[in-house]
This record gives sequence, C-alpha cells and structure tokens, in this order.
Amino acid sequence: MFLINCPYCGERDQSEFSAGGEAHIVRPKQPTELSDDQWAEFLFMRKNIKGVQFERWNHIHGCRKWFNMVRDTSNDKIHTVYKMGEKPPIK
Amino acid sequence: MSEKLRITNNKFIDQTSRISFKFDGKKLYGFKGDTLASALLANNIHLVGRSFKYHRPRGIMTCGSEEPNAIVQVGNDPSMTEPNTRATEIELYEGLEASSQNCWPSVNFDIGAVNNFFSPILPAAFYYKTFMWPGNFWKVYEYFIRKSAGLGKSPTKPDGDIYDHKYLHCDVLVIGGGISGIMAAKTAAKNNLDTVLIEDKNTLGGTTLFQQNECFKINNSYSNEWLMKEIQSLSSLKNLKIKTRTSLAAYHSYNYLLARENLTDHLDIDQKKGKIRQRLWKIRAKKVIIATGAMERPLIFNNNDRPGIILSSSIKKYIDFYGVKCGQKISLFTNNDSAYETAISLSKSGVNVNSVVDIRDKTNSLIVKQAEKLGIKIHWKSTVVNTNGYKKINSIEIIKLSDDGTSVIGKKINEKCDCLGISGGWTPRVHLFTQSGGKLKFRDKDNIFIPDKSDLDQLSIGSCNGDFELDDVINNSVNSTNKFLNVNNNDYENLKIISSKEINKKNIWLLPSDKPLGKTKPFLDFQNDSTAKDIKLALREGFKSIEHVKRYTTTGMATDQGKLSNMHALGIIAETAGVKMGELGTTTFRPPYTPLTFGAIVGRNVGEFFDIKRRTPIHEWHVENKAKFENVGQWKRAWYYPKGNENMHEAVQRESKAARDSVGILDASTLGKIDIQGTDASEFLNRVYTNAWSKLEIGKCRYGLMLNEDGMVYDDGVTTRLGENHYIMTTTTGGAANVLSKLEDYLQTEWPELDVYLTSVTDHYATVSVCGPNSKKIVSKVIPNLDLSDDKFKHMSFKNALINNIKCRVMRISFTGELSYEINVQSSYGKSVWEKCFEAGKEFGITPYGTETMHLLRAEKGFIITGQDTDGTMTPVDLQMDWIISKKKYDFIGKRSLYRSDTIREDRKQLVGLLTDDPKEVLEEGAQIVADINKKPVEMLGHVTSSYFSPNLNKSIALAVVKNGKKLKGKKMLVPMKNKNINVTITDTIFLDKENRRLNA
Repeated sequence: MFLINCPYCGERDQSEFSAGGEAHIVRPKQPTELSDDQWAEFLFMRKNIKGVQFERWNHIHGCRKWFNMVRDTSNDKIHTVYKMGEKPPIK
Repeated sequence: MSEKLRITNNKFIDQTSRISFKFDGKKLYGFKGDTLASALLANNIHLVGRSFKYHRPRGIMTCGSEEPNAIVQVGNDPSMTEPNTRATEIELYEGLEASSQNCWPSVNFDIGAVNNFFSPILPAAFYYKTFMWPGNFWKVYEYFIRKSAGLGKSPTKPDGDIYDHKYLHCDVLVIGGGISGIMAAKTAAKNNLDTVLIEDKNTLGGTTLFQQNECFKINNSYSNEWLMKEIQSLSSLKNLKIKTRTSLAAYHSYNYLLARENLTDHLDIDQKKGKIRQRLWKIRAKKVIIATGAMERPLIFNNNDRPGIILSSSIKKYIDFYGVKCGQKISLFTNNDSAYETAISLSKSGVNVNSVVDIRDKTNSLIVKQAEKLGIKIHWKSTVVNTNGYKKINSIEIIKLSDDGTSVIGKKINEKCDCLGISGGWTPRVHLFTQSGGKLKFRDKDNIFIPDKSDLDQLSIGSCNGDFELDDVINNSVNSTNKFLNVNNNDYENLKIISSKEINKKNIWLLPSDKPLGKTKPFLDFQNDSTAKDIKLALREGFKSIEHVKRYTTTGMATDQGKLSNMHALGIIAETAGVKMGELGTTTFRPPYTPLTFGAIVGRNVGEFFDIKRRTPIHEWHVENKAKFENVGQWKRAWYYPKGNENMHEAVQRESKAARDSVGILDASTLGKIDIQGTDASEFLNRVYTNAWSKLEIGKCRYGLMLNEDGMVYDDGVTTRLGENHYIMTTTTGGAANVLSKLEDYLQTEWPELDVYLTSVTDHYATVSVCGPNSKKIVSKVIPNLDLSDDKFKHMSFKNALINNIKCRVMRISFTGELSYEINVQSSYGKSVWEKCFEAGKEFGITPYGTETMHLLRAEKGFIITGQDTDGTMTPVDLQMDWIISKKKYDFIGKRSLYRSDTIREDRKQLVGLLTDDPKEVLEEGAQIVADINKKPVEMLGHVTSSYFSPNLNKSIALAVVKNGKKLKGKKMLVPMKNKNINVTITDTIFLDKENRRLNA
C-alpha cells in the first residue's frame, strides 16, 4: 500500500487515491482531422511498461485534485509527484 | 495426566493451576501456560490427525506456526467453531474443546486410511489425471472426494465474536521478540524513536529464553539469564510499545503492515464474552526491523511422518519451556549441531537419550564434546533409513552412509525408541522480507536463502538474516541496527560471549535408503502427503518451473503453506534437474504469513455496517406505506407499493395505469444532481454532451446524452439553465459519482482554461415527481401562485417558486411521456412537500409508484435506461438517437469515435422494439434473439434488454438490441426459450403516443 505525497495535501494512504492511467496523453485539439489510426493511437494505445512510468492519479477521497506521478512499476517506488500542467521534473 | 511426562522444576508453566480441556471428547488436564500441543504430549497423546491424501496417522511435529499435522477443530458451537487451527499455537484455557480433523469415524480408526495401501496407484496429481473423464461423472467423483478429503468444518452460523481494526504509526517497528528483536527494540526506544515490538507468542525471548547451557554464555551468565534481565529492562522504556500474541500477517510496500493481535483466545470460556476477540493492526512504520528467527528443517527419509517424530528443537522447547517429555526413550537424528543442545537438555532432565544419529563425520565442536561428556551415544556418518510403529514410532533403523553420502553401507542397526527428534538444519524466516518485495540470495555454505536487496527502509537481523550462532547473532545485530537507525548505542559493546561454533556442515536433501525410492515414503509436505517420489515424477513428466511443480504435486499448498519442507522440495528439484538452487529460486511467499480469520479481515464492517445505505428524505413515508425497496447502487429506492395481497406484477400494473389515467407520484431524489457554475459553463456542456447548449434559454431544460471518448453512451439526463452562468445537471442514480469524477477529470486535465465549477448537490435536494393528466391540478393546489398555463410554463422549462415560504425549483419535464412536474426542494422539506402533494392528489386518487412502474412507463415511450438498454457498446446511432448528435459542433467527447470504421458499420447491434405474436407472452430480459433456429450453429442476433406487460396498451412490449435491427423493422424473429420458441416481430421503439400528445394533455 503506497504512501502518496499529494501535491496539495501531503502524505496520505493509497486508499484515498485512484489511479488514472498513463499521463501526458494530450487529447487532440482537432480530432475531426485525424485518421482512424491517429485517433486510435490517442484512444487505445498505452505503454504499460516495466520500469519508470508517468501516471495520472486522483486524490478522489481527499481534495479530488488530479496530479501526475513518476513511478517505477518494477518496485513501486514513487520518484516524484507534480501538478497537472507542470512539466515532468525528470525524463 | 501422565505425571511421568512432566518435570517439576519448570519456571515457565504454573504447575499449581490445573486446567481441564477436552480433546476428541475426552476430558484431560494441563497447566496454565501450556499450549494444546504441550498438554496433549504431557498426556502421552501424539496421534492427533490424519494426513490429507493417504489418511496416515500423524502426530504433533513442531511447537509453532509451521505445524503441518496437529491441525484441529476448536469449539462445537455452530457460530464459534473454528477449523484448521494449529494445536501448537492454541494456548490452553479452561473449557477448551478441540477435535481431530480429516478422519472418519475417528482418528484412531480412519476408513480413509485404505488410501495408504492404494498409495502406489495414488501418485502426484492422481485426482487430476483420473477424474478428468467422463466429464459428466465429475458430480459423482466430487461427492466422494469431498467427503473423504476436506479439512475442518466451517461454522454454520454467523460469527458471534467482535473484531476490530486499528491504525498504528511508529518510527520503528520490530517484528519478533527473540534476542535480536529485543536488543534492536531497546536500542531504538532508548534513542528516542517511537518503537513498537511485536511477538506472536505470549512471551518475549524466543528460544534463548530457555537456553541454559554452558556452551552459551553472555558476561558469565547463561544466555537465558542475561536475556531475562534485558527483557525486564524494557518496561522502563517510555518509547517502547510491546505487543505479544500479535502475529504479523502481511508486509506491503511503503512499510505498510498488517498484524493480528489475539486478545481473548487464551482466556477461559467464561471470560471471553463481550470482549474484542482479535484486532487487526494497520501499521505504517518509518523503519522496519525484521527479527523473525528461523525454523528447523525436518529430514527426508522413509516413513519420516510417524507420530512421535518431532523436530529436535521442538522437543527441546517442550522439555525446557513446557516441562514436557516427548518420550521416555528418545533418539535424535541430525545433520547439524543443534540436536546436541536437545540431547543435553533431555539428558539433564532425566530423559533417556538412546543415541544421536548424525550424517556428518565426527566433529569436535563445544556442544558435541559436552554431549559426549554426558555419555550420549553418537552414530557418526549414519542415517535413519526407516521407522516402525503405525500409530506411534517404536523403533528406527540405522545404517552407515557411504563416503559420498549417496548410498548406505554395512549392517542395519535397530534401535527401540518412543520418540525421534529430527533436525535438518535451519531455514531463515524470510517470508515477510520477500512479501515486502525484497530479493533473496542463496548461501551455499548452509543451503539457505537469506535477504539480499530491498527497496524499503528495512533491516533483517538475527537468524532470519542467516546468523545462527549466539556471538554472530548479537554482534551482527548490534552493528547493523546501530547503522540502520543511525545511532551510537554502546550497551552491547564488549559483551563477553561464549558460543559453541559449528565446525562441520553437511546436507543431503533426500537421504539414501537401503530400498529403492519407489518402495519408500519420504514425506516432504506432511499435510498434503507429497513425497520426494511425487516431485521426481513431476520432473519426469516435464514440469520444470518450481511454481508448476508446486501446483502439480500440491507441495507447499497446505494450510502451513510449505513452511516446514519447501526447502527440501527445492533441493530435490535442483538436484534432480541439475540446476543451482540460487538459480531455481523459490515459490512466491504471499500474505498472510499465518492464516487470518475472516472476522479479523472484516473487523467492524459486518451486518448493518457492511456497506453504506443511502435513504432519501422521503424514505420514512415509503416505509409507512408498505413500499418494497430495491437497491440501486447504495440507494434504497421504493420499488413498488403493494396493496393488500397484491404481488409485484399486480401492483405495477395498477400503478402504471393510475399514472396514465389520473396521476402518480414518484420519489426521484436519488437522481444525481450536479450544480455547474462559471462563465464557461455553456461551453463546457457543449463539450461534454452530444447536442448543442449555447442557445438554451435561461429557464429551459434539455435532455443530454454523454459519451465516452470511444463514442459509447455513458450517461444521460436533463440539464436546466438556471442563470446565464448557472446550470443544474441530473445524472442517472447509479452514475452520479462517476459522472462527476469524469467531468472533474476533463476540467482539471484537458480544459483547465475553462472557468467552470462543479458541485455535487444530490443529497441537498429532494425531488418529487408528479405525473399524469391530473398532475397540473395538484401542483396548482400545492403552489397556487405559480402560473401553470401551457403558454407560460411550457414543457422542458423550469420556474422558481415558493411553497409557503420555502424556495423550490419546479421543472416541467417527463420521463414517462405524461404531463409531469418535478418539484425540487431542500432535502429537509422533501417529506413535507411529498405529503402536501399526496394530500392534494387524494381527490384524484393519486398513486405512489416505484422504480418498476417508472421503468414500465418509460419503456412504453421507448426511452432508454443507460446501463439497462445500453452496456458500454452502444453509440447514440445504435440507439436510433441520431437526432441528439449535433452536426454543427466541432467537437465533443466521443465525437470522433462516431465515425471510426467500426462504429459506422451498418450491421452493429441496434436498439429496436419487439412485439410478441401472442400479446400475453412477456419475454425474459436477457433472452436471445435468432432469425433461423435450424441453421447450425444458430446465430445469436441480439438480446432483450427491457420487457414488460403494458396495462395501458394491454399487451406485452419489449426493447432489444438486434444486429442490423434498424433495417429489420417488421421482420419476424424467434426468441428460443427452454420449452418453446416465442414468435416476435421487430418494431419501432415507441409503443405509445408517438405524437407526444399526452405531454400537453
């Protein structure tokens, strides 16, 4: 059970949060101009890698804010958290 | 009690307080401080159970949580009885009743034991292989297998005990109250760290507590005397919390741990009542020190499972701690030094030690020399090849080992004994370390897996870290603890330690025999009866992965989870397959470490507290008026209101007719309500709904359909524009929370530039829906100042109004196709507005109706219910709701997906109406729809999603999704049921009032 450092509230138990999948997938501004393949890329394709992954999380039973997390899926180590709209602090 | 088996000078057991208990119906006596196992042994009872497959007699084998055989049923009460408990862990109390499991009719005469004679034809996976075919015979097999196998009995009534959960936060958690755990906890607490020490036994001290031997001394005292002083000194430490009888169950990431504390299990029966039985601690520790010790291994040889064969260290604990002799003539069999400690303890307590059989060449360690000095006979370089005695061991057969240890040579010696202590070395308890994600490494020197790498702030010390000798345990624990806690504790510097050092090591996983392997029974997993033969068979049959071998042979899958002899299984696999053990790895250790009760897991969340129940402000009225309720998510919604002896069908028919003929009243308070405000509110709605919202006038309502980004219908509801920048959205009852979360997600992550605020107001308003041709008359009586004329208060519009002085919002919207009004009022006034409407409607025969009637009425009009007529695979086009998709809007959630190659297929399943040829025949929801029943395989074209008998149309109606349904209107179809095929015709989805005349009736 993770201990997650919500950028707005501080350290809280994982049970207060919900995971929201891969981060930094930007919704296309002009979907109508995309081919089926391009749209499918946005809609369906996710990395799900073993290793350092960028993820979206929501403090759903707390401040209800969405934020981003850099987590190593191989050992569950959370490298950092940062607010929506901010650039990832590590690559 | 057999007094002969008790020694009197014992400081741990209170021999003045006698306790009576029952085992298999027989009344026996023990002392306070005994476990059930020690009390049984003191009564000379070894045979306590039968093995799982062959029903072989089995006896107590250990003194702890790794016990595979002494698994008993505790208690007779149908609500309190507990199966699969380990006799070695049950503290004796007055009134304890326990019985053997897995035997019928009794442990002494067990019919299943015939399996033992059939064992040559019961190899590994026998059940898997044999009972595969014929398939339909499984029912017969299952009955007999379940009857003859099976462990304990489940309780048949709800658990009457109280369980609890609590959170605990600390700087340092020390797991295990043996010598290294005690020293670590003291060090942490003395350095101002908030420390918790947990121990699963009822006393601290581990095995050192009763280690009184010249070979193990600290500062000129026996190690146990030194340790007792250490334990006493703990009570003065303010930062230290000690929890005994607390077993660590699970170690998760980020140092989150679960521990189960036993609070009443050891109390006399009359003292248990009304108290919390067990508490589950949810612990978050900054640092964790694991000091869980090690388990002794058995040895694997022919017939190593007889009652009276006990781990050597357990025999030592029984004599030194419980004062119980496991026998009068004890033999010992070992591959290491620790059995000599047992021999010395037994000898000093006056027990006759026949001999020690040691597979090693002669060795001269301190402890061996001491044993020799006491005159204990040792068979060097020898092995036990067989044991005799059916229900209790009575002799062993000893032969010399060859130089390479792979065979036996020379003459067999027969030695009479009534107990055999076995010691195959030690296995560090690394379970918790690996549960937490730690990686192990293999140490060849003594064939053990020890902790290697971990990503958590944790430390393993003592024998669970591979330190087995007293000086190593102390010195290494002290050094690593100081470093780990970043402190300079010098309490334990310059201790003068005497410790016998093991010089000679030797290990043979499967000991050789004078008989071929096929003729022997060397047990590995005692509870599941898997032998070394089974492992080898699995390897011959091609299983390579350790995880597969485990499942195929069930080795390590019993209630002890392979604690005792998994290492031997690994060793034999590695040897047979010719791989290194370090490369083979281990099976996965999963929580809980020892079984948890369901009670401890659920804690207080039982009965009423299992889940939240949400009730509307009008709930009481429904109860008073005999409503039947249905669960919609967590909500209790009025389902229907039976009158007299009416059944559901009759009540719904009456309610439905009343709503169309005169007036009905529905509690719609559960619908999700989201208050939307901000200068970009209209733009926001444009983006989340499929239709256009910018031009909606203030005071108007509009139905909206919300999609997922994949184009599938997600939710629907009516949204009302209350002001220039103010809307109130309604959602489905079940979807409310998810819709709010989804909208928040888009606002925060995709469109942060929008000035929009969302607030859930579901619980803030009660909604009373008055529906039917007479609804206008009622509302005008309740709110006389409100102009309800059709040109002033049109369909799909809203008005603010006052009932007395209470503000309310009245929406003229309809989910039934009838003229209807929804009055929204602050929750606390909900019931009084409902009662006012009901009172005003009495002259029109106002009829309360529930969700079932609501569903029927909307089906007559062909209105969908998301989640019933849709299932996450339906687009608005599939629902024949093309009209709601704005052609002008550039984008909205899911728009692009509506013309993906898959979503524009014409043969998708589409929503249609169905009429049965026989108007009285009501279809079953979920029933399949086919066109041709004769062409095999029969093609399933779709299924019924909603089906009712309509009292207003006097016929059966249904909605369904059918492949290419739009083009099949008028076509005949079949709905095949168990006994008949029902003829149906595909129709339009609207069955009643296609022209919407009733809305303005």
